[in-house]
Amino acid sequence: MNARAFRRSAVAIAAFSASAVVLAGCASGNNNDAGGEDGEITLTVATFNDFGYTDELLQEYMDEHPNVTVEHTRAAESGDARSNFFAKLGKGGLADIEAVEIDWFAEAMQYSDMLAEAPDSVKGRWLDWKEAAATDADGRLVGFGTDIGPQGVCYRSELFAAAGLPSDPEGVAQLFDGDWENFLDVADQYKAATGKPMIDSANSVLQGIMNQVEYTYTEEDGAVIATENPEVQAAYELVAERAVPNSAYSGQWSDDWFASMANGEFAAMLCPGWMLGVIEGNAPDTTDWNIADVFPNGGGNWGGSYLTVPADGDNVEAALELADWLTAPEQQMKAFGNAGTFPSQIEALESQELADATNAYFQDAPVGEILSTRAEAVTVAPFKDENYFKYHDALQNAVIRVFDGVEDQETSWNTWVAEVEAF
Amino acid sequence: MTATDVRPEAPEAPPQGKDKPVRVLSFSQNLSRWDLKVSPYLYISPFFIMFAVVGLFPIAYTAVISFMEWDLVRNSGEFIGFDQYIWILQNPQFWTALRNTFSIFLLSSVPQLVFAIFIAAMLDKNIRAKTFWRTSVLLPYVMAPVAVALIFSNMFGDNHGLVNNVLTDLGLTPIPWHKDPFWSHVAIATMVNFRWTGYNALILLAAMQAVPRDYYEAATVDGAGAFRQFWSITLPSLRPTLIFVIITSTIGGLQIFDEPSQFDNTGQGGAAQQWLTITLFLYNIGWREWNFGRAAALAWILFLIILVIGLINLLVTRRLVRDEGGRGVSLSRKKGPRR
Repeated sequence: MNARAFRRSAVAIAAFSASAVVLAGCASGNNNDAGGEDGEITLTVATFNDFGYTDELLQEYMDEHPNVTVEHTRAAESGDARSNFFAKLGKGGLADIEAVEIDWFAEAMQYSDMLAEAPDSVKGRWLDWKEAAATDADGRLVGFGTDIGPQGVCYRSELFAAAGLPSDPEGVAQLFDGDWENFLDVADQYKAATGKPMIDSANSVLQGIMNQVEYTYTEEDGAVIATENPEVQAAYELVAERAVPNSAYSGQWSDDWFASMANGEFAAMLCPGWMLGVIEGNAPDTTDWNIADVFPNGGGNWGGSYLTVPADGDNVEAALELADWLTAPEQQMKAFGNAGTFPSQIEALESQELADATNAYFQDAPVGEILSTRAEAVTVAPFKDENYFKYHDALQNAVIRVFDGVEDQETSWNTWVAEVEAF
Repeated sequence: MTATDVRPEAPEAPPQGKDKPVRVLSFSQNLSRWDLKVSPYLYISPFFIMFAVVGLFPIAYTAVISFMEWDLVRNSGEFIGFDQYIWILQNPQFWTALRNTFSIFLLSSVPQLVFAIFIAAMLDKNIRAKTFWRTSVLLPYVMAPVAVALIFSNMFGDNHGLVNNVLTDLGLTPIPWHKDPFWSHVAIATMVNFRWTGYNALILLAAMQAVPRDYYEAATVDGAGAFRQFWSITLPSLRPTLIFVIITSTIGGLQIFDEPSQFDNTGQGGAAQQWLTITLFLYNIGWREWNFGRAAALAWILFLIILVIGLINLLVTRRLVRDEGGRGVSLSRKKGPRR
């Protein structure tokens, strides 16, 4: 480098550092509440599906924190977010705040040491089991709970009436009040009257039952109990014997299943809050969907997400603060209004706003009130370790094989046992 | 590399050759001698450097990981020897996947080649708007495989699929597309055929175009009909190209992934592994269970299977091509991406 070039770059460097100093000075003058003493910061938030974090909601935060710019990216579905999360965790490149779905939260919890700990001030904000699931063995809370999925029963009142069953929400709630046997008895009744299956899918029944069992496939010490667990076997048998003949499909999310919500192939389905949007979206012209404040065998939770802050991010402090804000009861209520994500925060659950929420599509059902009651009825938080879904997937496949007639009930169970032993 | 290496050699030149010009020109002469020797390697080196980085390294790295219990997130592993290879070879799902892969491969390749030859023969005729027809044949290939799979899985829906709707309207029993292994393979093979028939047809067409027209003229003079001409002139001339097409479709067929993974909404190959293929199995192990060690071991097993089958193909090819006696119908034996 010749002298002139050297001088030129020296000047440039000097100018740059001078302006940096000035900028830093300005920034620290008007900010000290966002944990960002080093000036302007950009926080990235990565979610999937719809968390209800609209531009307006994020703008609110930016107005309160002028030095913070929040950038929100949304993956189309949680599977994409999952791949991204594990591919980059520990290597850098994740957003400052990463949303994690309950389905793969246990897998993420294996790496809880790579996630930043939530401040003590937020503890106690959530339902006990929601918070407990995000606390690791060392007692570090690493996930900010967003929504939960308390389940009621969605049903089509006209089809119920045609089958000679009660069709008003109270009547249906009484009808289904009881255990799974009772639920399936009603399904038998419905089938006897109409010749059609009452339930949407056999595997959603399996899911409903399994979500009420604390230890299903593994115990906390890692011992595999899947194939010997009498509760699992009982659930499988009940589903294979009685839910399979009463279900329109083996599992959910197929094209056929989506289409069936409008064409009356079935009349009832287990219904977490977020399912309301799925039904409305796939059967926009069907007018008789309703929701009853009941769930077989008590309460059940299906789904829900967390926000996590990867510990190797650039702005961990500021990100924690934003995650805190986003999952505070007030903001969660706004998200519920935006996207129907049912809050997991005690205060939000008790709010009048939630109590008053209704859903026009579901014949003005008081969904806020119903889902709150359903949330309170949840007593068991199933223990789901990182292998849970491997086992559960395989068991669901066993049900599908019975449903499809590929294998009989016993053979299919044995296949499952063999598969589990091969894991 | 070159300039400094060359210099010490310059003084050696005089003792050997006593000619004056050699001494005077020694440096530049050496340079051009080196140029001749080294340059070709330099010219082709970019590919091999690229190959080492993006080809060889991943292959070797996969081999290393396949012997380890690998944690993707923490990027660390523990050496466990051949355990994962044994796990895979003992897993019944692997053998089912192998069966499915070959079944889908046969169901797709055979009809595909028959149709491709037929289409190519038609396009080889003197028809109007040639370019239009030839382009149209390639259109399905241009479509994204995922889009193709989406459309076809809609057609092959068990309850509301187009095909089954037509069948039930005709009073026939609907086909269990997602239950019976054979029918699921047929459905998947249909997607593959839709996409690749035109591509193969164009390759075969290129080979047909290279067959000297004199042969056909002579055959016509001799009174051979269209079918006889096709059978006795076109087909034998196509042999080397056919072998190329068969080898590429074998490699592609053994790696089939898009179509079976899009065949239902879970992409796991069916509840009883009806349409689980080897790559799909590999993907499930790697990206659903995050077990990269096992996935790497399976990748290597697949690599070896393809290598063995490729070798068999090569031996057969050599035999058959030697029979051709150096006839010039080999222009289409270039490498091309395949399925």
